[in-house]
This record gives sequence, C-alpha cells and structure tokens, in this order.
Amino acid sequence: MSKPSPIRSGSRAGSLLWPAIGLVALLAGNLVFSPGFFHLEIRDGHVYGTLIDILNQGTRVMLLSLGMTLVIATGGVDLSVGSVMAVAGAVAASMVVRGSAPFGVVIAASLAVSALAGLLNGCLVVYARIQPIVATLILMVAGRGAAMLVADGQILTFEHPGFVFLGNGHFLGMPFTLTLAALALGATAWATRRTALGLFLESIGDNERAARFCGVETSRVKLFVYAFSGVCAGLAGLVAASNIKAADSSRAGEMLELDAILAVVVGGTTLTGGRFSLIGSMLGALIIQTLTTTLYNWGLPPAVAPVPKAIVILSVCLMQSPQFRERLSFARPQPKGSA
Amino acid sequence: MAPTSQSGCALLEMRGIAKAFRGVQALDDAQLTVRRGSIHALMGENGAGKSTLIKALAGIYALDAGSIRVEGIIVRPQSPRDAEAQGISTVFQEINLIPTLSVADNILLGRQPLRWGFIRQSECHRRAEAALKRIGLSIDVRKALNQYSLAVQQLVAIARALDVDARLLVLDEPTSSLDEREVASLFEVLRELKRRGLGILLVTHFLDQVYAISDTITVLRNGRWVGEFETASFPRAHLVGAMLGREIHDTPSAAPKTAVETAGEAKPPLLELRGLGKAGMLRAMDLRLRAGEVHGLAGLLGSGRTETAHLIFGVAHPDSGALLWRGVERSPFGSPREAMRHGLAFCSEDRKAEGILPRLSVRENLVLAMQANRGGLRLISRKEQAALADHYIQALKIKTPSAETPIQNLSGGNQQKVLLARWLSLSPQVILLDEPTRGIDVGAKAEVEKLIRSLRDQGMAVLLISSDLEEIVRTCERLSVMRDRRKIAELSGAEVQVSSILRAMSRHDE
Repeated sequence: MSKPSPIRSGSRAGSLLWPAIGLVALLAGNLVFSPGFFHLEIRDGHVYGTLIDILNQGTRVMLLSLGMTLVIATGGVDLSVGSVMAVAGAVAASMVVRGSAPFGVVIAASLAVSALAGLLNGCLVVYARIQPIVATLILMVAGRGAAMLVADGQILTFEHPGFVFLGNGHFLGMPFTLTLAALALGATAWATRRTALGLFLESIGDNERAARFCGVETSRVKLFVYAFSGVCAGLAGLVAASNIKAADSSRAGEMLELDAILAVVVGGTTLTGGRFSLIGSMLGALIIQTLTTTLYNWGLPPAVAPVPKAIVILSVCLMQSPQFRERLSFARPQPKGSA
Repeated sequence: MAPTSQSGCALLEMRGIAKAFRGVQALDDAQLTVRRGSIHALMGENGAGKSTLIKALAGIYALDAGSIRVEGIIVRPQSPRDAEAQGISTVFQEINLIPTLSVADNILLGRQPLRWGFIRQSECHRRAEAALKRIGLSIDVRKALNQYSLAVQQLVAIARALDVDARLLVLDEPTSSLDEREVASLFEVLRELKRRGLGILLVTHFLDQVYAISDTITVLRNGRWVGEFETASFPRAHLVGAMLGREIHDTPSAAPKTAVETAGEAKPPLLELRGLGKAGMLRAMDLRLRAGEVHGLAGLLGSGRTETAHLIFGVAHPDSGALLWRGVERSPFGSPREAMRHGLAFCSEDRKAEGILPRLSVRENLVLAMQANRGGLRLISRKEQAALADHYIQALKIKTPSAETPIQNLSGGNQQKVLLARWLSLSPQVILLDEPTRGIDVGAKAEVEKLIRSLRDQGMAVLLISSDLEEIVRTCERLSVMRDRRKIAELSGAEVQVSSILRAMSRHDE
C-alpha cells in the first residue's frame, strides 16, 4: 500500500495524470483492436509506421498548442492561429516561387509576418480592451483573406528542396518535424520556466489586478504571448505548406485552432487561465492525433469521425474534474489505497 | 410582545437575527425596527453585517435564527420576488436593472401585462409612466435606461420597487454614485414617500446624509446590535463612536506621546504630497511621510483613505497637485511598477481582489512582487524562492502545511501575513498598509502591529490606514484624519488620542 500522498491541488504533476491515462488507454485499445498499429519498419535508414505518422501528423497541433497554452494561461484565447498558418504559408510560398530571396530570409519573413499578426491580436486585447475571443476572431476571418491576397487567389505549388524538407525530410531516421516540435517545446519550456515568464503568466491568469499591483507589466506580457502564439502558428503554417508542397490559403490550418484549444484543455490547462502545463498540451495534441489516425485506420467515414472524438475528449475533461471523480466514487464505492 | 395593529405597532420588526457563513458569524442576535412613515438609517462599518441583514430581509439569505415580522405577522421571504409579495422592496447598491432595455421594460420586467401571451406595449408604457409619476418623474419610458443619468436610473429602480405595492422600501447605498444636486432630489422623493406612510430603510455611510434625512438610526457592529437612536438627539460623535465601538469620553488608551518626534520635523520627508488629488476621488491633499515614522490615516469607510494610497502608488492617476520624492518634485508614479522601483510598497485592503493569487502557492504569492521588481529575465532561483518563503513563514509565524500550498487554503490572517511578507521582502523605503489587520484574529493582529513598529525602527516610512482607532493610536506618531474624500485634520504628538480623532471625524462643517 502506498503512503498517503498529501493533497496536491494545483501541482503540475497531478494534472498530467488524466491526459496520460487517456493516451495510454487509446494506445492500449489500438494494441488490441488494430493489428499492425505498433509495427515499425526501417526503410532507407528512416523509421516508418503508424506511430511515427501520428507523431508527424500531430506536429502542427503541437506547435499551435504551445502558443495557445501561454495565451490561455493569461485567461485569453487565440482563434486566429489557423488563419495565421495560411498567411505564413502563403508568404513563404510566394517568396519561394518568385525565387528572389535566400531560404533563410523566406523563413524569417514568414515568421515575422506571423509575429506581427499575433501582435495585432495582442494590441486589440490589451489596448482596445476587446475580449480575446472577439479580438482574435477578427483576424481569424480577415487572415484568410489576407493570405488569399498574398497568394493572388492561387494555390501556390513549389518544389524548393529546403522548403519541402521542412515537412517531409528526415533527421536522425525520424521525420524532421519531430525535431522541430521538440526544439519548439524545449525553447518554450525554457522561456517559461527558466525565466519568470511562467510565473507572470500564471499570476495574470489567476488574478490580473493583483498581478498588476505586484508590479507585473501585464500589458507587455500579454502582448508577448499573442505575438508568440502568432510565431507558433507561423511555424505550423510552414510545416503544413511543406507537407503538401503547396500553400492553399483557403484550406491550410482550417479548424486547427479548435484542435489546438482542445489539446490545451485536454492537457489540463483551464480556459479561465492560471496554471498551465506545456507537457499536458503536448499529450492533448497527441491524444487528438491518435484518435484521428485510429478512426481513419478503422475506416470510419471522416464525416462521422468527430463523434467518437468528442466522446473521448469529453471523458478526459470530465475525469480531470475532482468533483466528477468524487461523484463516480460515490456511485461505485472503491477500496482506498488499492494503487 | 403580542403583535397588535394599533399605531404603535412597527411596520418591520427583526429580532434575534443570526447568520453565519462558513463558520464566520456575520450576524449574531441582531435586531431592527422600522416604523410606518419614517426613514430609518442602518449604520455600521465594513463587516458590521448591514448587507447580510438586508439580504436576509430581501429573501436572498436564509436565516440561521431569528424572526421577521411585517405589521406583526411573521414572514419568511424565500426570494426577492417573495419578499416583494410581502411588501418588502429592495433596491441594491449595484442597481440591478438592465441598461439596454427601455425604462418601461425595466420597471415592469417579469410582470408585464399580457394578452394571448404577448406583451401589451401601450399598457406597459401607461403603467410605467404612472409608476414614475408617483415619485414625481416624467421621462420618456420608451427610451433605453442607459440614456439617462445615474440619478434617474436610481429613481427608476425605486419606481420599480414601489410598483409592487411596497410597504417597506430598502435602499442600499442609494447615493454612492450621485452628486449633491441629485442626492437632494432623491431625498425629496423619499420625504414624499414617507409622508404617504411608507417605511424606508436606508443603508449608507454618509454621515451628513443620515442627519439630513433619517428619523431613527440603528447601529450594527461586528454583526451585533449596538443600539437604536433618535437621529435628532444623537450627536455625530456618539454615532461615530458607536460604529467604531468607542465611547467619546474614553480616556486615551495609549500614554500621551512625548515630543520626541518633533526631532523628525527637521528631516525632509521621504515622500510628500502637495495638494495631490483627483476629481471625484480625492480633494487636494497634503501629506508628509518621514523615514522612521508611522503615519496613520483615520476615517470612516469611503472617506478617501484607500484612494490616497491608490494615487500615491500609481494605481490611479492624480489630476492635480504635486508629488515630492526625497524633496524633489516629480510627476506622480504612473504605475505600481514605477512606484515599486522607487522603493514604495502597497499592501491593499482588498485581499481577495487585489492581493492574493488564489490558486498559486504561498511561495509564488510571496516572490511575485520581488520577481516583478527584478524583471522577468533574472529568475529568482527555485532554491532562493524556497529559502525566502521558509524565512518568512518562520519569521511571521505563517501557518501553512507547506510553502507549496495554494494560498486560498490558508486562513485570512495567514494570507495577510503572506502578503505582508511579499512587500517586506522588497525592503521598501515607504510602505503603504491599507487595513493590514482587518479580518484577522487578535493574536495575528498583535504580531502585525509589532511588525509595523519594527519596520519603523528599521527606518521605513509607514502609512497605516486603519478603521481601528486604537491600533492607530498605539502605532502612529502622527496621523491624518479623512472625511468625505478629503483630509480634515492632522494630529501629532500628544494629540494622537482616540478622543481627538473622533472629535475631528465628527466635527460639523463650519
């Protein structure tokens, strides 16, 4: 019998438990019902398999949810990330197609535009005091139009080797996107936990007025997180464009803002702000992608797929609620300390 | 005690009222009587139990004990709607009307005349106009409520309250957002209602208004009934004394101060205000805070004490006057961060809204100000944070299971100590303490007072805002008395006594 652990409400480790269990349960279900799900194969020095596909496909939502986590930690939300993806893809593709600038400049320009888009969201929230959901809805709608404008209403296809590598290349035997996601996660974790940014974000989300009274520059911090969310969306947009070797302004990142928000919520960060968990959001993104892939493998028509997806996500969210778990244990008395 | 219907029978009698919230006794054996055709003022400082009492009357809270009689008959209002049916109508401080609906809709909301399930608009307008006419107001009832001034909105709220055949009208701080002219017209309406035999219960903290309009006064303190008084024969000083729990004739509790602090006069003040003020918030105010001195700020609720601290700390921005820092005039601090960088600290009275970060740990609550002061990039290492938290947990005897416990799990007194530690860790030169001992137990209170004295001995300049006059007398060398959003007196040395503060607070304007 394990020793009784002290109540650790608000601790980060505790909130990771349920998303982790959700992911493991999904994988276990696949182990039983989907033969070949865990099969890995090495061809030309690269690893292939369903698991690798999930990781690779999940990169976009993972990148988005990094920025989304920080925005949600302040009590806001960023609906524009899907459209910013389209803008970033369109900017990069149009530059590559013209072929005038070196690839480094293309990446830098595309991410800079994304950062500016995020900053615009931030200004609307901080200075115009528009509610985040409305402020970012503006760019969600307008962004796609801007992307169309950049791409001249065309689907811009490209063959630029560097750009194609971004979403399709391999590094150390694995898809390069994994390296990219790992780097982004590492950088974000470093920026939030090795500086005081994480504390500031959580204090703003928990009680913005008190945080301001403590001298936290709430406006600056919020501007930063929206801009950061823009950059994350830009990266995701580059990956998405690279995946299909084209910038499709009307489809790129479509509905992905919702997946990103879901990933964050499933990962244990509440929409009211405060405590956040980057690892939780990564788990959330993986849960969503695993589900999508699983349902696809089972041959479920894409139109029906959202239903089982919704059920799994709802159960993870419910299980995170202490009140709900309490009710469950009321309904079914369970022996204590059986773990 | 048998209820009779003769003229002596009160309109409203509340007896032995008790109500507790999560172990805190908000009301304990409180009572209240309102007579027909009279205006009764309910007075008390913060936490006296005024709003709990009227919410019980309005059917929002269920009572733990006690009885409510309306014209001798026991009633138990279950909801505001139910209370209205019993003849008790309440207008709460936050006017609970809907700004974007029309005046008529606001007056009749929930009881519009219907035909075939549809609202009869013309009948609605007619009834709304009639309701407004009763209080002498004639405006276009089809316009949206927010097109009218706050005073008119207040009157509309009263019209709504009266439209249900109210016998008792309860007004919670009806004048807090009105200017003098608007107050006068509101009072005219109230006097007319009184003439018609309505009983009016008025909750307010404006002394002048109580004396201008009320017939009788009930004073509550710490949830208990202090007494009922005839306004005309009850001097202001006694009222203030009753609210604060002090007799005006009390001998000063602290030994008269000697003239040692006159030496401090020579030192230039660390922080000086010259006519600092803001329209609608604080009248031009002079204040000098010296190193090694505790300066008290005494005054009733709403007298401008907290506003003074906000204007100094950059929470609000003054529109007149000057601020001198170490004898040099400079523009007032634009933000808390700017004030902090100069060595100021401000511990707010509103622990919940402006103090704690409820779900973050004691450690995080404690280090946030210091971290913000350092800037975001230079993180205070986890080890230093833990050491700092442990140091203050021991030094201030903060009772918490660990430094990692969310602060919301701590008692009020311990939360307050964490907040004090937050500011002390900055080693500020000037610290503004707004009600640092409110709502904490006696032991913790004595510790906080001791702490304040030790800060003074370390050479800090302390501004102590407190409703507890004895506390101010015990800890301050000098104090300013506030009333109606301005400073009315400064006392120092031997004048620092409860009786002289009370005298200053209640002195009638010349």
